Amino acid sequence: MLAWTIYISFAGVLVLMLLPREDARTARGVALLTAIAGFAVALFGAMQQGNPGEIATITKCAWIPSLGANYHLAADGISLTLVVLTGLAAIAGILFSWNIEKRTKEFFAFYLALIGGVYGVFLSFDLLLLFVFYELTIIPKYFLIARWGSTRKEYGAMKLALYSFVGSHLVLIGLIAAWVVAKGQLGQASLDLVELSKVQFPIGFQKWAFPLVFVGFGILAGLWPFHTWAPTGHVAAPTAGSMLLAGVVMKLGAYGCLRVAMVLFPDGAAMWSTEIATLAVIGIVYGAGVALVQKDFKFVIGYSSVSHMGFVLLGLATLNTVGLSGAVLQMFSHGIIAGLLFAVVGRMLYDRTHTRDFTELEFMGLSRKLPFAAVTFVIAGVASMGLPGFSGFVAELQVLMGAWQAFPTAAVLAGVGIVVGVAYTLRAVQRGFYADGDRTNGTHETDQHAMEPITVPERIGAAMLIATSLMIGLCPSLLLNWIEPCLNSPLFQRLLAKGGAL
Amino acid sequence: MNYLQILQLAAPETVVVITALVVLAADLLALREQPVRIRFGLGAAIASVGCLLAIFLAVGRHDHVNIANGTFVVDSLTNVVKAAILGLTIFTLVLSTSSKFTEHVGEYLALILLATVGMMFLVSAEDLLMIFISLELLSLSLYVLTAFNKRNIRAAEAALKYFLFGGMAAAFTLFGMSLLYGMSGSTNLPEIAKGLAGKGLDPLLIVAIVTTVIGFGFKVAAVPFHLWAPDAYEGAPTPSAAFIATGSKVASFFILAKVMMIGFAGAEGSGVWRGFISGWMPAVAVVAALSMVLGNLTAIVQTSVKRLLAYSAIAHAGYMLLGVLANTETSQASLLFYVITYAVTTLGAFGVVQVVEEATGSDALESFAGLSRRAPVLSLCLLVFLLSLAGIPPLAGFIGKFFVFSAVVGAEAKHLGLLWLVVLAIAMSAVSFYYYLRVLKAAYVTDRTNGADGTDVIKVPVAMLAVLVVLAVLVVVMGCAPAGLMELLSGAPGH
Repeated sequence: MLAWTIYISFAGVLVLMLLPREDARTARGVALLTAIAGFAVALFGAMQQGNPGEIATITKCAWIPSLGANYHLAADGISLTLVVLTGLAAIAGILFSWNIEKRTKEFFAFYLALIGGVYGVFLSFDLLLLFVFYELTIIPKYFLIARWGSTRKEYGAMKLALYSFVGSHLVLIGLIAAWVVAKGQLGQASLDLVELSKVQFPIGFQKWAFPLVFVGFGILAGLWPFHTWAPTGHVAAPTAGSMLLAGVVMKLGAYGCLRVAMVLFPDGAAMWSTEIATLAVIGIVYGAGVALVQKDFKFVIGYSSVSHMGFVLLGLATLNTVGLSGAVLQMFSHGIIAGLLFAVVGRMLYDRTHTRDFTELEFMGLSRKLPFAAVTFVIAGVASMGLPGFSGFVAELQVLMGAWQAFPTAAVLAGVGIVVGVAYTLRAVQRGFYADGDRTNGTHETDQHAMEPITVPERIGAAMLIATSLMIGLCPSLLLNWIEPCLNSPLFQRLLAKGGAL
Repeated sequence: MNYLQILQLAAPETVVVITALVVLAADLLALREQPVRIRFGLGAAIASVGCLLAIFLAVGRHDHVNIANGTFVVDSLTNVVKAAILGLTIFTLVLSTSSKFTEHVGEYLALILLATVGMMFLVSAEDLLMIFISLELLSLSLYVLTAFNKRNIRAAEAALKYFLFGGMAAAFTLFGMSLLYGMSGSTNLPEIAKGLAGKGLDPLLIVAIVTTVIGFGFKVAAVPFHLWAPDAYEGAPTPSAAFIATGSKVASFFILAKVMMIGFAGAEGSGVWRGFISGWMPAVAVVAALSMVLGNLTAIVQTSVKRLLAYSAIAHAGYMLLGVLANTETSQASLLFYVITYAVTTLGAFGVVQVVEEATGSDALESFAGLSRRAPVLSLCLLVFLLSLAGIPPLAGFIGKFFVFSAVVGAEAKHLGLLWLVVLAIAMSAVSFYYYLRVLKAAYVTDRTNGADGTDVIKVPVAMLAVLVVLAVLVVVMGCAPAGLMELLSGAPGH
């Protein structure tokens, strides 16, 4: 059932490519329908799944016998969480790209190809297959940004593509080495994630293979100091692109860290957990600090993404159940909230004001002209700060609880990061929307123009994302019931044994 | 052994030779007065039919026959490789149909077929003399094919360069072979290995190894014997360049692997990191490493797409040499998989370049600007080819790399001793992504600047487009479902 999320997305790509003429409306319609169908399948498939703690195989057939590779799609609770997130983000992204008129068909074709690849990564339980889907996402990302982006788009796109490619190649080295070692131990070639997770890789091997694979995936998760693609990429991307980048693509990296690097090399994870926690905390504090001094509105959100993804990585480094489940929850939560923030800044604001510079926005009195945008941004902002009632609060609290046990200092420093987070968010709210700067000098004529009102698709998209964040914030058990049994499954036991209790 | 038997065994080769003569005769006698386009069309059609017949004859045999002490060996593996070469020849023939560079149509097509015969004999040879003769047949045809555009001075320069380098390399090869014969008393590869066994690493043997590596290194365009390649690719008529880069590469790598693995069995040495032991492996390791690094780094700065493909070919030769170096049955199959998929992909890329060159008059990066609007299907094919060369899954190039790299690491599984070469290869393939993406960026992102609105459609000849689409589909299929081809190629050569 869940496999159809992938097939539907790629079928959407085909349909779009075969559409005879440039017709923006049809293209949008096809894309939206495809995304909704994908989300519906994801939800329905998730409901059908019996015990989320078990790895439920969807399809499994031999693919390349000589390598031991199978076409193995399966899902457990963590996959389900992220698949549902992908479905939501896909719909929201299309709603916020309703105004794309230039080469609409191609835009949505690349968009759906990206979505299909993302679904594929979250559902693959064969390493080669996972890798195939993982790399498949690079190309659509590149073209989405380079073709439809804004500020320094070709540079941002190339940087993102190269960072992703280098990261995935680090993973490839580790993967091939692990395959060879496992072949020696198992007596036969295998690339099956579950089988490989039972192999006891030699400690000396794990010591270098773990950081290789973790950093390889971590690059895409915004791991400091390899995060620099994120702000430039997010800023250069078109709105839907940034929403997907922050919403799901960064999660691919974090997912890979957890699912591949940590599960295969638990000893390596234990050896390097302090270093990872250190980098994660630097990412949290540094990202927040840099966000505090940006002039470009979108860069604030870009760096805030680095900061929030730091929590995911910190959660992973704790190696305990609370921390890990917090990390997964934070992936979901940040996917929703960051998507919303980018939607407000990229679509509601920038497409109407054509500037993202605070010094110009200050004079526009946007809270009066675009009240809906202002309110949405305030809500998204408080959600992002971690106000109780929204998903971010539960997730970051769990991460901090886990970190408190494993690395108390890191937890304290991450707390500092949250405070800075409040500061940059409030600053953005204030300068972007509520700063009625000195309007008497009259140099800015723009504030006399009426702005195009917020459209219906935008309202629907925003409402959908806010509702999701609230729902998870008020009732986190919806997702925790998926995530926690999963962490108690045999797949993670060797890993959790390396961390403490809790 | 009688001649009838030989003729029967060499039926595919015989058919191709006869076809070459028929094409030549038909063009000279019947088609002289026709326009070049028709002559190319009809000639290529006859030649393709001949090749198809040869493929049919080749894949029909499954027995293993070895006649005249390794002079001519036929088994299921050589048949598969021959079929692949013939297939590549057919695609090359179709690519050449839209050419306008020559009036000597019959001669051009006949030379392509003769080169093909050289490749086919090369694949079947396990004897030094036979290897040398077929190599020469192949090389001489290719030199002429390179020079075929008499109106282009660069073609002449390229061909002369190719010829001089080639002659030198042939001299080295011959020198090495004579040493081998002197030491072992035989020209047959397995017997050479037997003759050399137990003698240790004689200085003479080292010389023989080095000269052989030089000779074949030239053939596969590996650094530092690659200097002819960029000029030849750029100067030669595009179909000739495509043929040099594809069919010839398959045959050369097949025979290179055979000579090293069978002829020098026992003198392997070791290419393990910080554990070099003299033999052919460290020599190949160094050549491979140099090719990967130099090929990829030089490709970055190219502005002519054909030169870019030439440097990328050099880089790919480096990856392929890893497959030779690993020296296992799996690595042999992986190598062949890689070379064949690479050849299919590169042939397609050259096809696209040819169309663009004919439409815009140049193969510079700028001529590709706005291609996605001017010829959507063509640029989609280009996307597939270049991404496959870059090694993006699920295309054939990625799976080929995965096969080769895993076979190389697996060859020294105990201490992962060859991992350093794979790390280098993977790092360099990350570099390669950049320059392939530059071409795609021109095609998909950049708008045309020279006044045109970028929507004037490029007319692609139907046959050409059909071939390119077929090649692109092949690349995707071989990437998604590689198991079948891999199985066909599994089986050590000559055993």
